[in-house]
Amino acid sequence: MHIVDRRLNPGSKSLENRQRFLRRAKALVKDAVKKSSEGRDIKDVLEGGEVSIPLDGMDEPRFRREGGTRDMVLPGNKKFVEGDILPRSGQSRGRASEPGEGDSEDAFRFVLSRDEFVDLFLDDLELPDLAKRKLAEAGGEGIHRAGYATSGSPANISVSRTARLALARRVALRRPRLEQIAELEAELADCDEDRRIVLMAEIAALKAKARRIPFIDPLDIRYRRFETLPKPVAQAVMFCLMDVSGSMTQHMKDLAKRFYMLLYVFLKRRYRHVEIVFIRHTDRAEEVDENTFFHDTASGGTLVSSALQAMHDIVRSRFRPADWNIYAAQASDGDNSGSDGEIAGRLLTEMILPVSQFFAYIEVGESDGNAFDTSDSSLWSLYERLRANGAPLSMRKVRNRSEIFPVFHDLFQRRGKQEMTAP
Amino acid sequence: MTAPSGFLFEGADWDFPTLQRIHDACEEISRSELGLDVYPNQIEVITAEQMLDAYSSVGMPLFYKHWSFGKHFAYQEAFYRKGFTGLAYEIVINSSPCISYLMEENTATMQALVIAHAAFGHNHFFKNNYLFRQWTDADGILNYLDFAKGYVAQCEERHGRLAVEQTLDAAHALMSHGIDRYPGKKKLDLRAEEKRAGKRRQHEESAFNDLWRTVPSGPAKSEASLNAERRRKLLGLPQENLLYFLEKVAPRLKPWQRELLRIVRHIAQYFYPQSQTKVMNEGTATYVHYRIMTSLHEQGRISDGNFLEFLQSHTNVVFQPDFDDQRFSGFNPYALGFAMMQDIERIVRNPDEEDHDWFPEIAGTGDALAVLRNVWANYRDESFISQFLSPRLMRHMRMFHLHDDPAETAGIRVDAIHDARGYRRLRRELARQYDVGYIDPNIEVLDVDLAGDRRLMLRHAVVKGARLNETDAKRVLQHLANLWSYDVSLVEVDITGSVLKEYVVNPRGLAAAA
Repeated sequence: MHIVDRRLNPGSKSLENRQRFLRRAKALVKDAVKKSSEGRDIKDVLEGGEVSIPLDGMDEPRFRREGGTRDMVLPGNKKFVEGDILPRSGQSRGRASEPGEGDSEDAFRFVLSRDEFVDLFLDDLELPDLAKRKLAEAGGEGIHRAGYATSGSPANISVSRTARLALARRVALRRPRLEQIAELEAELADCDEDRRIVLMAEIAALKAKARRIPFIDPLDIRYRRFETLPKPVAQAVMFCLMDVSGSMTQHMKDLAKRFYMLLYVFLKRRYRHVEIVFIRHTDRAEEVDENTFFHDTASGGTLVSSALQAMHDIVRSRFRPADWNIYAAQASDGDNSGSDGEIAGRLLTEMILPVSQFFAYIEVGESDGNAFDTSDSSLWSLYERLRANGAPLSMRKVRNRSEIFPVFHDLFQRRGKQEMTAP
Repeated sequence: MTAPSGFLFEGADWDFPTLQRIHDACEEISRSELGLDVYPNQIEVITAEQMLDAYSSVGMPLFYKHWSFGKHFAYQEAFYRKGFTGLAYEIVINSSPCISYLMEENTATMQALVIAHAAFGHNHFFKNNYLFRQWTDADGILNYLDFAKGYVAQCEERHGRLAVEQTLDAAHALMSHGIDRYPGKKKLDLRAEEKRAGKRRQHEESAFNDLWRTVPSGPAKSEASLNAERRRKLLGLPQENLLYFLEKVAPRLKPWQRELLRIVRHIAQYFYPQSQTKVMNEGTATYVHYRIMTSLHEQGRISDGNFLEFLQSHTNVVFQPDFDDQRFSGFNPYALGFAMMQDIERIVRNPDEEDHDWFPEIAGTGDALAVLRNVWANYRDESFISQFLSPRLMRHMRMFHLHDDPAETAGIRVDAIHDARGYRRLRRELARQYDVGYIDPNIEVLDVDLAGDRRLMLRHAVVKGARLNETDAKRVLQHLANLWSYDVSLVEVDITGSVLKEYVVNPRGLAAAA
């Protein structure tokens, strides 16, 4: 008899089969992924999770029979006698014996891992205009101290640590000190014959002991240890700017949130570390946390420039453009007070766009409103004008939840270099 | 080693020496007391994840790659993670050496139970039952699977993943009709089969000469003279093994596609005995583990506490809910098999009058194990039930027979119950539930229209009015037509010969199967 321990065998033998399955079901799974990501918070959207797909195209047909007269033998008779007629109660009884894939007629449910989920979610999207991408990915390895080691190159010997260990060992083993011997030798100089013999023997013994216990033993030697550590250059900050004045409805905020969510997932995929800064504004801007950002209401006028100014201040104080990849997405219903246009335009073109990787403007509207089609809002026409002058702005209008993903997809899909920022 | 009088293990913990001790103790009992004859054992300890892996490749340790296994894996995994289903304690493979997988999280008692169950119960059944001896090659299966895996991978490399996948999809759809149901002349030897496959290909390659194509074939035999009778004889019709028929006769399959069909067919054949012996196989294994564990306990090698733990698991395994219980999902093969084997033991050792009437050959003969070994070797579920289900057990399980005729509007009729009038009918009906001849739809290739459009004609002999599910039938026929590359028709014919329905499907080209 053999006993074999297979537990250490490489796991996930089924991985390849699983990938084949996902490849085959790709279109279906992609839809399911989008659907299941709708009800999530920004940061949770990255977690994998259960999806269910319809079984069309994924079924494995077999010749099956159905209907006809059926005979069954069952256990547990309680009161029937031969010849009884039992009324049919729907389809339930006797049918229950279809185990395994019995529910295959509905949807097929299974769990996607985080990576599989995000891969499908972001399939064929790409970051636009990566001016700083080289820098971002060049991350680089830093070296830092990490304690001591018993082996290493001579150059790395830590003298103080070695000396300390040697001292401890010498004390522990009672190695005679040089002063002790010198003292005895001094006594030797003027003493009588008997004492002399005793001293001579003592000195010889001490010297022998000192020879046996070395001053520094190879055991004591310690080397400084170094570890390489990736330097976290691959970091990005994402600014969410939103107008929260009274004219923004919950629906509009929801649209904006969904867009931010996608952007977050997308950045998270590319950068090791992503910070999010929420700036909401009415006629003045403030930095807030996520909950306040989406759910608190504030009232007041609308000055877009205040938000841009706030963003600029935050960038200057906390996020050096040399170290951070800066992304910004602004959501608004398009209202802005007329006099603010000039200032906002200047802030954007001179301060913000030069340091940002990407600046998107999403104009959100009511799902039933069609005012969009007739006239452009003041902010839209301002940005339109800036873009016509060559500012790298991306802008889209969104009215329905269902449009968010297409718009996002549209903004980030792979395309030729020249038109990266073109609509 | 502990002393023979001491316990094999204490508490729930186990290690590899413990497994060895358990195995040796079980082996001793199985040989001296039960007279079992088993393949050498190989016991493999695996994790839960590896158990899931094994689930998705039909329990085999290695298998070719196909998306459907990934689908099963995803399905099982989702259920397991949610806690809807537990995993099996073991999987055992009909091979020599007989491989049993044990889960690492089993307690020591469970490992003993599982070793007795799988490594001796199932193992003995695999080695001795006539169906397994006839249809499977325990020595060769692992090598053959290895060959199959390599061959499929090689085909994917040469002919493209898509083409291979489509061929396998089609073959899988027909898998349940890729089985020889009647013993052929020779035993299947998978190892030789693997060599033959190689040689066949080699010969085809070496003997290929394009010139032959241009040689005029002489005066063609008049089609008329090749009468239908001869043609059908030539094609081996009627043929119910659809995969075999396609492999040999389909006009436009590439050699590698034929080989793939052959692989799927062989694997289906390998599993064929298992589907016919669920009750017996599990019954045997359960009976054997019960005997071995009881014996170990009597010898004082398992403590009372551990024995109680065993009894609890055993009772769960052989639990048979009543038909009106929520948990009911048909007969539990463990329960039915175990109850019947215990019943046989009782009939042999301690029969009453009724048993003498019903089982004159075995009642009171005294050597229960001799009778059981004979049963294990020479029966399958259907014959086992139809000969050994006793009136006493029918009464004990309170069996009854329902006859559901859709034409009968009043409802479902109770046709027989556990009384003197009903015993034989009950037994016949229950046996029929396990008869593969009734379980699988009876579909066969009837003819090929060689003179005309090469249409392949199939017939489904409808039994008791049960017709094919239309959606599925169309999909399977589509696969079949793709392999055949000409039209395929299927008629459903009832017992009087009248046609109930006819399907016709045109082939859709497989992906460039170059």
